[in-house]
Amino acid sequence: MTLAVVCLVLVMAGLVAYAVLGGADFGAGFWDLTAGGAERGGRVRGMVQRSMSPVWEANHVWLIFVLVVLWTAFPVAFSSIFSTLYVPLFVAITGIIFRGAAFALRGQAATIGEARFFGALFASSSVLVPFSLGTVLGGIASGRVPTGNALGDPWSSWLNPTSVAVGVLAVVTGAHLAAVFLAGDSGRAGVPDLQKAFRSRALASGVLAGVVAIGALPVIASDSPDLYAGLTHGLGLACVLASGVAGVATLALVATRRFELARASSAAAVVAVVVGWAVAQSPYLLPGQLTLQRAAADDGVLGDLLIGLGIGALILVPSLAWLYRLVLRGTLDQDYEPLHQRFTPVSRPSPEEEDS
Amino acid sequence: MCCDHERVTVAHLLPTAVEQVGGALGRSDQEHLLPARELQALSFIVHIPLVCFGIAFPAMFLYVEGLWLRTGDPVYKALAKRWSKVALVLFAVGVVTGTILSFEFGLLWPNFTATFGAVFGLAFALEGISFFVEAIFIAIYVYGWDRLSRRTHFLVGVPVVIAGVTGSMMVIAVNGWMNDPGGFDVVNGKVVNPQPYTALFGGNVWHELVHMYLAGYLVVGFLVAGYYGRRWLRGRRDHYTRAALIVGLTFAALAAPVQVIVGDWAARTVADNQPVKLASFEGLSKTTKGAPFHLGGYYSDGQIRDGVAVPRLLSLLAFHDPNATVKGLDTVAARDRPPVNVVRTSFVVMVSVGTALMALGLWFLVLWWRCGRLPRTPWFYRALMVAGPLALLALISGWITTEVGRQPWVVYGYMRTEQAVTDAGGLWPAFGAMVVVYAGLIWAAFWMLRRLAGTSATAEVEGAA
Repeated sequence: MTLAVVCLVLVMAGLVAYAVLGGADFGAGFWDLTAGGAERGGRVRGMVQRSMSPVWEANHVWLIFVLVVLWTAFPVAFSSIFSTLYVPLFVAITGIIFRGAAFALRGQAATIGEARFFGALFASSSVLVPFSLGTVLGGIASGRVPTGNALGDPWSSWLNPTSVAVGVLAVVTGAHLAAVFLAGDSGRAGVPDLQKAFRSRALASGVLAGVVAIGALPVIASDSPDLYAGLTHGLGLACVLASGVAGVATLALVATRRFELARASSAAAVVAVVVGWAVAQSPYLLPGQLTLQRAAADDGVLGDLLIGLGIGALILVPSLAWLYRLVLRGTLDQDYEPLHQRFTPVSRPSPEEEDS
Repeated sequence: MCCDHERVTVAHLLPTAVEQVGGALGRSDQEHLLPARELQALSFIVHIPLVCFGIAFPAMFLYVEGLWLRTGDPVYKALAKRWSKVALVLFAVGVVTGTILSFEFGLLWPNFTATFGAVFGLAFALEGISFFVEAIFIAIYVYGWDRLSRRTHFLVGVPVVIAGVTGSMMVIAVNGWMNDPGGFDVVNGKVVNPQPYTALFGGNVWHELVHMYLAGYLVVGFLVAGYYGRRWLRGRRDHYTRAALIVGLTFAALAAPVQVIVGDWAARTVADNQPVKLASFEGLSKTTKGAPFHLGGYYSDGQIRDGVAVPRLLSLLAFHDPNATVKGLDTVAARDRPPVNVVRTSFVVMVSVGTALMALGLWFLVLWWRCGRLPRTPWFYRALMVAGPLALLALISGWITTEVGRQPWVVYGYMRTEQAVTDAGGLWPAFGAMVVVYAGLIWAAFWMLRRLAGTSATAEVEGAA
């Protein structure tokens, strides 16, 4: 295995982590968006707020990780991708700003009106970001990024059947992951009726994700035959099938209320898809344009990068493990409260209190 | 000196103005240089103040928590808790503005990243790890109040402080390298043999790091002192306000005099490494022995108009020798000079504000040392209220000095900024959109801080009220 492959594996690992953890945060935004009116949706939104608060910033950093490894190890590929696909990437970055800021603002909202305004901003950008980033991946996978400074078409590179299919799949998958995670969180928070609500959302979105994934196959077959061939032969096919198996297993686990195991299997389904994609377009980093080996920086640089990341990992991995352990044990849990109830105190409301 | 070799290379190369490096993506058509520059500058101006809080604030709230652990006084706990919440809000905003910057490497400067990514990219990988560690521990710290043991909670703050330093160090290492490049060879216009560790820790990193680090303490210290100074002036002279005021003021006042010394170190390094940049601090058109420095005025047609000349001052500043010879702008062709007036003005603003802040800091330190009390005149507190914004102004002026002073190069002496820029269109609309987005973000940050300030910090902590 060459150093370039090791670096690609790191990029893919970062991408998987972002897709699963960051994707679930965006998916939580999707459920926030579709939760209904202030009264009806308040309980769902309260759980979203509680689950995401301690972890969303750390989850977001995976995206940065992917970018920096990509531009160090594969600088020409990074620059070609960013200069061609600047429109969806610009949309994504704008969405990322609105998502993060609006989520933080909603945590400080003092009235239901403010909470609804920031919530709407948070939730709609939570749908926009995974869709845009999905179209970027679709543009790369379907061979629409030429090597060079903005040489690809600024529009058809991401407004094409494969991109749109991947974008929709990213949104639906994130929603599914979020529902699975939130069902588990609701159980731990001792809110069984919310667990039930998220369980049915997890089942519905899981089925939908399966339908979208299967539906995407003929789209990819006609739009980018090379990618399709890679996904339907050999190791690529094995990954696609593995993803399907993990998806079905998740549905079974959710149906039988084993949510902690469902977390793992839903993540495994994402891992399989990402690996399958990498296999399908191997040996290319930019299909038809730039192979992985040609895109890679000198082995000396890759070695330095791996040493640096390896030392970093010695600090990072135990830190992350501790964070998630604290989160899963509930040490950092905030009290659960339905979002709308925060603004309707149980005791007699006094105007002074609302002002302070 | 590890970097003497590279210095000689760049100094020799510059007067000939050879374009050594062809972009890995070919030649950029340069059409979008201006909007790309403006967008980049805007993004930095929004992000850099937040970096200051990442550098300095954790040390401040951890110090206050330490006071609580030592004295048991709940007021300190209330203050540390409050500041950590403010830090989390600003960290969240910094996360998104920092993400924008990382996108801009590809969106605005693809040819720079494609050509030199292998040389400098490692720094951002390490910065990413620091940032990750910071995100993890600041979340545990803020959400872990009263849920972890006192000792554990305090220790959780330590990695936040360290990661703030290492993260900014990595970013500054890249900037130091852009100003004093090394760690690669050029063969037939191609960058070969990249050596990231040599590149990042051989250049201007050390003085830039210390300079920025102290700037972080100045900005945050004076902003905090100004905020609580205003409360003090309005008669809220409780224990909590006094503690907050003194901590902020002490950090800033201790940093201010040291900053002047580090600034001197920085100026002398620039004189050695980037003589053209130094010449534009003054607008010195010809190489001069015993060069003067003009206060005020503006540069036009090779001379300073309407300024007051202080004889030999530039030589003294740059080389600690009033008779030293300072290289002029004429050592390079006109196309290799930075826009002199921008560099000159921002340099003067930085230096004058820095000096004024030092005076303000010394006022407090001397009085505290000799009389053990705070100044009584309201003018001191009025000065504090403007000191924070002024420190921000000096910070941004300092970055303009170094970054505009680097022009027209993105990698000093090797690659022109115009060769780094994207060929993609639509940058002016993007610029307009980002102005709106940043305005919204700044508004949001202030809104959250005001909302936080509206609740009583001492009420949250038992016994502190």
